[in-house]
Parts: sequence; C-alpha cells; structure tokens
Amino acid sequence: MEICQRKGAIEISELDPFLAELLRQIPASANPDGAPAAEQRLFSSPTNGKETELCAEWKMYVEPELRRLFQSATETVAGDLEQLNGDEKTLANRTLRIPAKHSDAWLSALNQARLVIAVKNNFTENELNDHFRSPIGSRRDLSLFQVNFYGFLQEFILREMQS
Amino acid sequence: MIPKNESPRPGIADAGYSRFELRAAYVSLFSMSCGPRRDGECLAQIKDIEEMTHVSNEKAGTITTAEPTVEKETRSEEDLDLPWQVVVHNDPVNLMSYVTMAFQRVFGYPREKAERHMLEVHHNGRSILWSGMREPAELYVQQLHGYLLLATLEKTG
Repeated sequence: MEICQRKGAIEISELDPFLAELLRQIPASANPDGAPAAEQRLFSSPTNGKETELCAEWKMYVEPELRRLFQSATETVAGDLEQLNGDEKTLANRTLRIPAKHSDAWLSALNQARLVIAVKNNFTENELNDHFRSPIGSRRDLSLFQVNFYGFLQEFILREMQS
Repeated sequence: MIPKNESPRPGIADAGYSRFELRAAYVSLFSMSCGPRRDGECLAQIKDIEEMTHVSNEKAGTITTAEPTVEKETRSEEDLDLPWQVVVHNDPVNLMSYVTMAFQRVFGYPREKAERHMLEVHHNGRSILWSGMREPAELYVQQLHGYLLLATLEKTG
C-alpha cells in the first residue's frame, strides 16, 4: 500500500484486498448500535455528574445534533469508499482517492470507528500502545490491528492537512 | 452573557424556553438553562408573562395589541457569577496529534499551547482548557464532543 498527496487529494494506492476490506469496514465499525458502552463513549456526559439539569438538556438538544454530525461524516466516507466496490479480484491494486475537502469527515469517521472498536473489545492502554504485538492470530488481534491501521490513516491525514 | 429582561423570541417563550439558538454545526446550549429549570419557577414565569400580556378583543374588528413581554431571568445569580471550567479528560484511543488539532481549532490556541494542554491530559489525566462564564464554556464542551474528546463542564470552588 502506498499513500501520498496528489492533486488536492490523498491517494491510497496498491491496496491489497485485506486492507481494502478494512477500509470498507469503517462506516460499519463506527456504528455503536447494540453496544451501550460504545454509545456512551460517543455521546459522553458533559458534566462530572453533578449537573443533572444540564445533562438532561444536553441529551435533548445537543446529542441529536452530534448524532447528525457523526452520521454525516460516516456517510461522506461511505461515499468515498464506493471506489472500492467490487469483488476481491477487481480490488487488486485499486486506488482510493480522498478529496481534501473530505479530510475532516475522514478524521471523524476514523476516530468514531477506533473508539467504538476499542470500547467493544475493552482494549487496555497497554494493548493500544503495544506496537510490537505478535501477528494477527485472533479476532481481538484483528480488531487491534484495525484500530492501529485507522490511527495510521488519521496521522497521515492530519499531517497532510498541516503541511 | 444573556442580558437580564431580554425579550424572548416569539413562539419560543410559549414552549417554556427563553432562547434556543442553532449555531453553525452545533446547537448552542447557551440559554437552555434559562428554560424550565424547576417546575415551580417555570410555571411562575409563564404566569408572569400571561399577566403582563393584555389582549383587547372585545369587538370583532378591533386591533389586537399586546404589551411587550418581559421575561424573568430564571438562572440563578450563582450560576451566572461563578466561573466554570472546561476540562478535557484522558482517553488512550484519541491520537495526541488529533487532540492537539482539536484544541487549536476549538480554542484558537497556538500549536505550542495546544500541545502543552494535550500533554497535561496525557500525563495528568485531565487539563483545564478554559475557564469563564457558563455559556461559552457550554459551547466549548459541545465543540470538543464534536471531536469526540472526553470533555466536561465543571463549576469552580
């Protein structure tokens, strides 16, 4: 896989089917449905528990707006990922172009996905910081790899935004 | 800060909320706390408004007039005067560079200051990013949640 900035877009080229599939999983991975802890993490409390009135108002007025914001980001990403539609053979050496104006949506969707996966798997801080973990051998390892891969993409997008 | 005795926007007061604004991509909570904070207060507020509004409609064809309504401020003095803190808490999943960018964007901090706060969050578990009046503090927390950071609003003292 190669990643670079070209003509106002981030280009991810020479994607193998495995990484292409991980990318296609971003919108689904960002969905906290069915995992109350993940839902709670995406829509965390605005207070330390003392301001119950504020919490109630927040739930009523702010949460729906945040929900729309997050959904809009994942929809933008899902739209870009349509470039990767097709079977495994046609995915070989496929290039994904992320327009610069979609960078914020990608940062948000990748962060949502990383948070949801981390909460669902209850990853510890040590696990998240273990970059020398043994190769993927379980579903949990795969999820950790997914979190790190999405983190790598976030880092790259951030770097390109700042340059 | 909301001036006291500010006239409510038409229609909003009817629902029991004095002001509720949409601001850019975020909903402002600025005045939600001016809404029905406590049942008794809310009812008293509606009653006051009703008493101040006189509608003349004795004969068909007469012009209906109403005196301007003056809303009572329901937020307590304590709420308005006490400084509030915007606190960001550590989350091992969020990338350091992402958190720094969020601080720069939300507060307009230069990179060095944003990084200093990010490192404080990382090492100490939390950092006070801003303190001041409650309304802007609410908006900051809202924006930080938009970046999926663990941010809370805390009263000092």
